[in-house]
Amino acid sequence: MSAIQTLGRWGIETTRGYGKAGVLLFRVLFHFPNIKKGFPLVIQQVYAEGVLSLLIIAVSSLFIGMVVGLQGYHTLVKFGAAQQLGTLVALSVTRELGPVVAALLFAGRAGSAVAAEIGLMKATEQLSSMEMMAVDPIRRVISPRLWGGFISMPLLTIIFNVIAIYGAYLVGVKWLGLDAGAFWSNMQASVDFHSDVLNGIIKSVVFGLVVTWIAVFQGYEAAPTSAGIASATTRTVVYSSLAILGLDFVLTTMMIGDW
Amino acid sequence: MTTLDVMNIVEIENLHFERNNHIVFNGIDVKIPKGKVTAIMGPSGTGKTTILRLMGGQLQPTSGTVTVFDQNINKLTRRALYKLRNRMGMLFQNGGLFTHLNVFENVAFPLREHTKLSNSMIRSLVLMKLEMVGLRGTAHLMPSELSGGMARRIALARAIALDPQFIMYDEPLTGQDPISKGVLVKLIRTLNDALGLTSVIVSHDVKETLSIADYVYVMSDGKIIGQGRPDELNHDDPTSELHQFLVGLPDGPVAFHYPAEKFEQDLMGEE
Amino acid sequence: MQSQKTMDTLVGLLLLAAIISLTILAFKVSGLTSFFKPEGYKVTVLFDDIGQLKVRAPVKIGGVKIGDVVNINLDPTTYRAVVTLYIDKRVNDIPDDSSVSILTAGLLGDNYIEITPMYSKTYLKDGSEVQDSHSAMILEKLIGQLLFKIGNTGNGDKK
Repeated sequence: MSAIQTLGRWGIETTRGYGKAGVLLFRVLFHFPNIKKGFPLVIQQVYAEGVLSLLIIAVSSLFIGMVVGLQGYHTLVKFGAAQQLGTLVALSVTRELGPVVAALLFAGRAGSAVAAEIGLMKATEQLSSMEMMAVDPIRRVISPRLWGGFISMPLLTIIFNVIAIYGAYLVGVKWLGLDAGAFWSNMQASVDFHSDVLNGIIKSVVFGLVVTWIAVFQGYEAAPTSAGIASATTRTVVYSSLAILGLDFVLTTMMIGDW
Repeated sequence: MTTLDVMNIVEIENLHFERNNHIVFNGIDVKIPKGKVTAIMGPSGTGKTTILRLMGGQLQPTSGTVTVFDQNINKLTRRALYKLRNRMGMLFQNGGLFTHLNVFENVAFPLREHTKLSNSMIRSLVLMKLEMVGLRGTAHLMPSELSGGMARRIALARAIALDPQFIMYDEPLTGQDPISKGVLVKLIRTLNDALGLTSVIVSHDVKETLSIADYVYVMSDGKIIGQGRPDELNHDDPTSELHQFLVGLPDGPVAFHYPAEKFEQDLMGEE
Repeated sequence: MQSQKTMDTLVGLLLLAAIISLTILAFKVSGLTSFFKPEGYKVTVLFDDIGQLKVRAPVKIGGVKIGDVVNINLDPTTYRAVVTLYIDKRVNDIPDDSSVSILTAGLLGDNYIEITPMYSKTYLKDGSEVQDSHSAMILEKLIGQLLFKIGNTGNGDKK
């Protein structure tokens, strides 16, 4: 009996959590910030979430591109198809690696920071005092962070894609001696701007929204203690990563099916 | 309070409040008269902070009414509630200063959010408020560079930035050295009288609080166990909880020992 | 915390980097020549067999890309494939008796369409239908034909 009760309570709590998260997102999206006051706040968050994540994104993407180039070369060369390295790299990066890996890194760097910051503001009564000053923390604190992530994520993904492809170019052309012309022209022949590049960016927009949504929700609902903040950051990274990988499958299915 | 000519800023009637199946308030009535300093005291964990949050409309009572400025605060729309909050200030236990803004911007925050004043106007107002709490010299510091007592005074300057009529202090004296306590106590009283405020202090520092309060409520276990002017607060009965709290006895109605099995049994049972 | 001006600048630089990157992705990586489809005209060709030809396959003359396949349909009465080509309007002087074939890029590459110009003085225009078409070379069919021919010659030798 108690097992069923536990299950029931878990079900109710989980549903309530989703409900709260939904209400939070609704309030952010439909109480649009005052343009004049909100814009500098969003810029601050694009800085905190985007510019500050750029270094880790750039370094990781360079290495990922180089590894994919190296692995791809040694696989393709067995089939005498090393000339297709550019195609292999560009397709895997723009379709999958770019959006997914950039989003995972973003969740680790910016998502956890946002959750911790909001959790800390809650624990130190900054959010409560904002409320008592008749300033809605959703509008002043949550909303700019959500929009900041929503804007930063696709920008970072685009930069990730280019650096990764350039990394593969370094390995394939400069190091392993493939022909640069063949590298680029084979790539151009098989990569389509709409179905490969743009779909990858659409994925990253969705990931950006989901990661920051999870981050602000976990921060906002965190228990106002040190342990609460710690578990909020951990949960942000874990849930975001799961959401990214799961949604990636769903989005890929939709894109291959329809477009 | 029996004086009929004094208007009450806050009236709490038959308030019940539960949290996680735990009863915090079990039918309490509190009136906060205009222009006075009212203190709400009680041991830790009796929901003193909760009662302030109920007055600020941050929490919903389970039953009973909370009336602030003649409006039932739980029946207001968000917009009306926010409008009402512009007439109140609240000082949180640790100040609740925004850690990413310096002292000046912290005090300027409500002004920038709620008014369209020019920058020079805001500057004069902020410096004026900082001067009132005696910390004009700290304007350029970050909150992390302030001592706890200074942070509370800055928070006080911020709370009065919009000239509220009603101000709530959540444990303003906890964890302060005697000098800071003295400064804060003096500030609370002088600001109340100079600006014509109405103040509520939630605290368990008996001596300091009684020295400035006009009227005192003492709460324990969700009930009000004593109320009156500081000098007439009746705690002659040495076995009462009120007496234990005000005098600070280690044992009494609130037992020294947390309820447990008999010590001998517990020791012997450990096999 | 940086000052608002520094942040504005850095965010501006981030945006700039992203825009440059997007341009690289568009033109260098995916070989997009323009964000908008160049103006052009549509020509239909009937094939018996299109092999692995797909929509968006390139259309070339002498190896130079001049357009792409925009639509592939089946004619329900003749059971032939109706392929619609979209050709850049700058290439507006293709003789209407030109032959159109489906070729394969390399042994395992994708199919594309090659137009071999002929000598007519009238040109293809929007809505034209090309008569002279060569179906795709299907590897299995080629091997089948080859085996058949070898078999025939083998028999001849025996006679």
